[in-house]
Amino acid sequence: MHEMALCESIRTTLEEQSRLHNFTKVARVSLEVGPLSGVEVEALRFGFDVVMRGSVAEGAHLDIIESRGEAWCMVCAESVPIEARFEPCVKCGSHQLQVTAGEELRIKELEVN
Amino acid sequence: MSQTRLIQIEQDILAKNNAYAAANRALLARSGVLALNLLSSPGSGKTTLLVETIKRLRDRQRIAVIEGDQQTSADAARIRETGVPAIQINTGKGCHLDGHMVGHALEELAPQAHSILFIENVGNLVCPAAFDLGEAYKVVILSVTEGEDKPLKYPDMFAAADLILVNKIDLMPHLDFDIAQAVANMRKVKPSVKVLEVSARSGAGLDRWIAWIEAAHALERIGADATAQLSD
Repeated sequence: MHEMALCESIRTTLEEQSRLHNFTKVARVSLEVGPLSGVEVEALRFGFDVVMRGSVAEGAHLDIIESRGEAWCMVCAESVPIEARFEPCVKCGSHQLQVTAGEELRIKELEVN
Repeated sequence: MSQTRLIQIEQDILAKNNAYAAANRALLARSGVLALNLLSSPGSGKTTLLVETIKRLRDRQRIAVIEGDQQTSADAARIRETGVPAIQINTGKGCHLDGHMVGHALEELAPQAHSILFIENVGNLVCPAAFDLGEAYKVVILSVTEGEDKPLKYPDMFAAADLILVNKIDLMPHLDFDIAQAVANMRKVKPSVKVLEVSARSGAGLDRWIAWIEAAHALERIGADATAQLSD
């Protein structure tokens, strides 16, 4: 359940942004979450609603963009899609994969007023 | 009157933790302290392994320990019995140590120059994987009683490991644990990972673990000396 800690980090960032960009209410928060980020999206949604209470983002809509995982296969010498860390290369079955995308855990955009 | 607008921020959610971790790493590098983040599930024998490790190193190395647990200071007390300074962080409801907590612990503990700092994380194979503390290496401990499937069930933790210790190998005769399969599973998650077999209780394999720590410590020292020379 480190999703709660992540939500607290999001809350701090939103409070900072509200001072920086001079807004008092966040209507929507857009997050990018990769399949290899170690985050359970449902737990994040649950934590978000609870943690944002009493903040500028109380009641804000949470938009989650689930990005795709990608790895460089050393054997095929090309980029292949990957859904989980232990999965073999979908083309050749090798585990010699270097993850190149899918670990994202990022606040992309805020809709504020 | 309020107006709805969009703000693009593109900020990593872990950016704050990573900034604290970077500050810890810089502080440790300046004084040539080797920091090892020890990670495992509860009951893997982390603290016993740490006690046995300290006994083998304390005559020739300066050592300090940060202990992380949700509650109690029992582990720090066990470490202090070996004669090395230890500080306990209680995370309360928190399931992992973070860069900020370790930063505060470092201020209080003030490890001596060129010492070895062990950070025993909260027993948990999930959450601590995501939080950089500023350590030089993550060492993951898996005991043979936990089963060979754990690297596949908790891939984030094993993918983050720089070294894996397979502990309690003295119990192997009583178990069906297939160590070759366990290592194969670790390599599926992280093909390059190094694995050492140890038993904190019997002492088997501890020499190699100690040699690994001292080699890492020597590297840290070379790095700190080189940095000091550059800034002279």
